[in-house]
Amino acid sequence: MSATHTTGVNYRRVEAVYGWLMGAPAFLGLFTFIILPFLIAIGLSFTNQRLIAPEPAEFIGLRNYDHLLSLTVLTLEPLIDESTGESLRDADGNIEYPRSRSILRNDPRYEGFFDWFSVDLFGKRYVIAAKDPTFMQSLVNNIVFALIVVPVQSSIALGMALLVNQKISGVNIFRTTYFSPVVTSTAVLSVVWIFLYNPDIGLINQGLSAVSFGLIEPINWLGDTRSALVAIIIMAVWQGAGFQMVIFLAGLQGIAETLYEAASIDGANAYQRFRHVTLPGLRNTTIFVVITTTIFAFRLFTQVDVMTQGGPQDNATSTVVYHVVQEGFRAKRLGYGATASVVFFVIVLAIALVQRFLLRSTGETD
Amino acid sequence: MANEAVPYSTTHVRPEAVRRERTLKTVLRALIYALMILIVFWTIFPIVFTLVSSIKTSRVIFEDLRSFNAFLPTEFTLENYYGVFERVPFQRFLVNSTIIATTTVIFSIFVNSMAAFSLARLRWRGRKIVMTIIIALLIIPFEAIAIPLLVVVNELPWLQISFDGGIQFQLSQSWLNSLHVQIIPFIADSFTIFLFYQAILDIPKEFDESALVDGATPLRIYWSIILPLIRPTIATVAILQFLVRWNDYLWPVVAVPGEQARPLTVGIASFYTQTPEWGQILAYAAMITIPVLIVFLLFQKWFVQSVASSGVKG
Repeated sequence: MSATHTTGVNYRRVEAVYGWLMGAPAFLGLFTFIILPFLIAIGLSFTNQRLIAPEPAEFIGLRNYDHLLSLTVLTLEPLIDESTGESLRDADGNIEYPRSRSILRNDPRYEGFFDWFSVDLFGKRYVIAAKDPTFMQSLVNNIVFALIVVPVQSSIALGMALLVNQKISGVNIFRTTYFSPVVTSTAVLSVVWIFLYNPDIGLINQGLSAVSFGLIEPINWLGDTRSALVAIIIMAVWQGAGFQMVIFLAGLQGIAETLYEAASIDGANAYQRFRHVTLPGLRNTTIFVVITTTIFAFRLFTQVDVMTQGGPQDNATSTVVYHVVQEGFRAKRLGYGATASVVFFVIVLAIALVQRFLLRSTGETD
Repeated sequence: MANEAVPYSTTHVRPEAVRRERTLKTVLRALIYALMILIVFWTIFPIVFTLVSSIKTSRVIFEDLRSFNAFLPTEFTLENYYGVFERVPFQRFLVNSTIIATTTVIFSIFVNSMAAFSLARLRWRGRKIVMTIIIALLIIPFEAIAIPLLVVVNELPWLQISFDGGIQFQLSQSWLNSLHVQIIPFIADSFTIFLFYQAILDIPKEFDESALVDGATPLRIYWSIILPLIRPTIATVAILQFLVRWNDYLWPVVAVPGEQARPLTVGIASFYTQTPEWGQILAYAAMITIPVLIVFLLFQKWFVQSVASSGVKG
């Protein structure tokens, strides 16, 4: 058979047939298990569909989105004592305000709103109310989680990468060890960390007490609303740093050795070489690490589900994905859960677009 | 790093200065090692604690918590391990997790590399659009589609074949509570296709063209030329997919409420709520962790490379 024959019109048809046939299993899978559910999520978000429902779903327009995203601010004036004209104070001397709950319940403008939190500022109380305070709190938790985890974990990972990038003996053992939590199941580690965080006997409190010579009081890590999110953050940083370390390591090894040599000849010291060779050389790696860690931060679910179930109270550790599962699956409000899924997707998309933009802008300046 | 800061013109420096320089270097190196060992301790203390505690009775675990003994195997008993097997069908969970992870990996390698070959090498109308869609799909996180995917798999029929007293076929109405609901949706994967696509583009086209001259079909070229050449990517895909499947938690939580098809990860979460016996919980944790750690140690170079390569997609 000759080459001219195989590249002829006949072969073109053969190629097309093989092309579709060989791609078909993957394309079918991607369509059925990613594209279709994605479209269904968008469709369901306009309905009040339930997970197991005898009655058919109704089209309810944007009501799910309204419920999920509605926020309002209530301004409260201090209560005035009629006789003295001064503001009322409670037993502790704090200024008293009208009860926000009764206003939210009675004023038709605030129908469907619930107390989320309030701040006292310049002699007034501002009550932030939402139709779904749990979602709002979850979103804030994700943002707090990201704001702490991204810089802390990235810096630790960069530090570890610099350490294991040295040409010293045994470095491979360190590299492997630092990476090992990454391959261990998050569900398993979550259970182990529940034990480590035990307020009475857990190793974390024991260790803190030992290094501070008993000065640090035992912390009720997962049982206190103030520390539960911090506890999850510590565990997440502990587990995830090895992953970013490997990515930074690849980035470090991509920086040409000659750049360091040139800098040394110019008399640059170790810090100057780090500042002017390493950091600029890691720019794209850093953008990638920061963006993927941010997206990971918004995907947080397993630790929360295993360790705190969103609690201990007041949704202290609830996250957007946890809310999606709670609403769409456990409470069987499929339409509403789908709405939260769509909003979650939009958040992730926005973060990814920021990455695109940042990477593109380097491409132009380089 | 810092030790490279030695000036180049050391020839004119007096011997004491050189010696001082050398001492400084040694001290610095010692400090670096100390720091690295400290990080080692921080990184593996929960894992070491789990492994050594799993072979202690609960009483000894609690006693040892007050000292460094928490990290030392001060006792050896398999009581906790027996306890796990008595309390839950651990073997079934283990078999389930193994089947789920390995089957997905095997199918994923062939299905996705075939699609990547088709997109990278075969000319058919629409392949550019398909590739664009696949790249766009990279951004959809699984968490965003988990709940609607539940709706999809709940509507899919499945043919059950059982062998008790002759072959029996049974049509089931839903995929929920099964092994295949944890396998089939995860075979086709846009990121895997993307990795294979890149790898195939790196292979010179002359390789397939010489086979074409010999009259080979596209399937033949894929099988005997492309597949052997993309072995490193296959290893990467196998490792990444295996880890993700083995450690998956969200999907089995929603799609597999029953015990029959439950994987290890959901198993430990429910085991934890069932028993106050920490020795047994840690033995359970150890049994999930040890096989993965062994595989990781055997192929650690590949693991690290795989993760690094997942980072260059930007």
